[in-house]
Amino acid sequence: MPLMDFGEALNLALAEEMRRDPRVYCIGEDIVLGVPFGVTKGLAEEFGLERVINAPISEAAIVGSSMGAALTGLVPVVDMHFADFVTCAMDEVVNQIAKSRYMFGGQVACPLTLRMPYGIGKSAGGHHSNSVEAWFVNTPGLKVCIPSTPADARGLLKTAIRDPDPVLVFEHRALYRVRGEVPAEETLVPLGSADVKRAGRDVTVIATARMVGEALLATEMLAEEGISAEVVDPRSLVPLDRATLAASVARTHRVVIAEEGPRRASVGAWLAWVVMEQSFDELDAPIARVAAPDVPIPFSPPMEAFVTAHAGQIVAAARELMK
Amino acid sequence: MTEAAGPDLLLQMYAAMLRVRRFEERARELYHAGRIPGFIHLSVGQEAVAVGACAALRHDDYLLSTHRGHGHLIAKGGSLRRLMAELYGKAAGCCKGKGGSMHIADTSVGYLGANGVLTSGCVLAPGVGLSIRMRGTDQVVAVLFGDGAANRGPFHEGVNLSALWRAPVVFLCENNAWASTTAQDLSTAGGSIAARAAGYGIPGVAVDGNDAVAVYAAVARAVARARAGEGPSLIEAKTVRWLGHHEGDPQAYRPRSEVEDGRRRDPIARLRAHLEASALLDATHAARVAEGIEAEVEDAVAFAESSPLPEPEAALDDLLVHYPWSDR
Repeated sequence: MPLMDFGEALNLALAEEMRRDPRVYCIGEDIVLGVPFGVTKGLAEEFGLERVINAPISEAAIVGSSMGAALTGLVPVVDMHFADFVTCAMDEVVNQIAKSRYMFGGQVACPLTLRMPYGIGKSAGGHHSNSVEAWFVNTPGLKVCIPSTPADARGLLKTAIRDPDPVLVFEHRALYRVRGEVPAEETLVPLGSADVKRAGRDVTVIATARMVGEALLATEMLAEEGISAEVVDPRSLVPLDRATLAASVARTHRVVIAEEGPRRASVGAWLAWVVMEQSFDELDAPIARVAAPDVPIPFSPPMEAFVTAHAGQIVAAARELMK
Repeated sequence: MTEAAGPDLLLQMYAAMLRVRRFEERARELYHAGRIPGFIHLSVGQEAVAVGACAALRHDDYLLSTHRGHGHLIAKGGSLRRLMAELYGKAAGCCKGKGGSMHIADTSVGYLGANGVLTSGCVLAPGVGLSIRMRGTDQVVAVLFGDGAANRGPFHEGVNLSALWRAPVVFLCENNAWASTTAQDLSTAGGSIAARAAGYGIPGVAVDGNDAVAVYAAVARAVARARAGEGPSLIEAKTVRWLGHHEGDPQAYRPRSEVEDGRRRDPIARLRAHLEASALLDATHAARVAEGIEAEVEDAVAFAESSPLPEPEAALDDLLVHYPWSDR
């Protein structure tokens, strides 16, 4: 299998889908040059400025116009630049895109994809570093996926573009240059299919995006202590593959949920409830959680490092569960 | 499309305004009788904007509307039965009872939705325009919004993007001088919505929004320009809201003289006087038109009254096209 990085895999997915379907177009700020993460670089050369559209700094209009286009026959792929900026288009995402099909009694579909570059790192500070996926998991009418590997990134983005519903794809910006094997042939990853990234028998670590890498690092550290950890990546949060989570918990009977976002009312809090609801009788210990403290992401490196969830916390949590 | 309305079109516009008026008067009675739940925002007195605009649109053109949108849908050709059933929250409503007055859509007539969030249609419009162009049709999209809504950011973002893209959009401000209970001079800097067009390099024109013929002419010009690929226009139609912001608002904040003055400028009486003066309408003909509309409205009321309420479990349908309900 060819090796490529996460950003190249997303670029490949966009190119493949634009070749396949002339209704697909990309829009966002600075996407012709592919600034800032390079994902859309080179697409304008192949598909032209009609289908790779540099928009003004105008998030409400970028997202709103994409909805207008989606309602009337096109398939937009929106680059949010930084997921933090979605607040400037929050009405368009949560009131308009998420609700129109439902409020209008199923008369319309809204087949658009919102690419959400997000996450902590490199002292980008409070307006460029947040994990906001919980807002959208809490919004009925949206689908949410969150890949952790180049192969998953390509497969999930392609599925998102073909999906008749609005899908938000959370792309952790610390993953863009991470390399991995990507199948040579075209591969779709279905929404609602979790992936067991490493098998284990003592504890299940449920992790998404960058935290999957931290969880895999933690499994190596735990193995040295004789603890066998399994890593499950849900890959999509809505819909959620409950069966794979349940099967893993039935094998290990202990759960650590690791996420990068703030702890309170988070995706991890919800996943903990899902595990409790469906696997309570299987649990040999309370569910443990690793998350960020409830503060905005600070600028200065030592403080940023302090709030960044990491493998060591997963190890500590798992070790505690094994006592 | 000609900008001068011929005799047939004038008579159609007269009937359409009467249809909107009678529908809303009946909706008002039914609301106060407790037959319609929630809130309704009526456009009595503003009929010339809805009807003048829609007379300049084709059946396959799109319309994005507001929370005060019953008249816009009726003027676009929407079914009175399905609209009234929706106001009642009935399963036979055009949104199966999930939308209600403020969130109605009827895609069968290109009506892409009323909107409970003011101005939001203004940012959808350039995307509809982009879609029209990429699909290679000659449709246009008209977006209605109020004067209060024109102060939200998305208005400016939507006009800017449409102008940048030369999208086939007609921005139509239905200026009734009140943003809910706040007067325009306390909310809107500059005094003129139409003048804002200059900042975006597109035509901006103010018209008498109580004159259906004037609204028609202005919108027809903007539609012709949009169809020819020359881009968007901004029209400000000044009209009068006779009733409160919503039904049940007694308008204590508003000088009574203002409403009385508005009633004297009734757009329906105005067009009727014009038609009578031109010998296009006489009392017999007018009575026949009114009877026909009365029957249409009563048929819609009977339909809504006799339709069943939705099954409560239908609240779980229509969220997404494909959803694995094991995840519910």
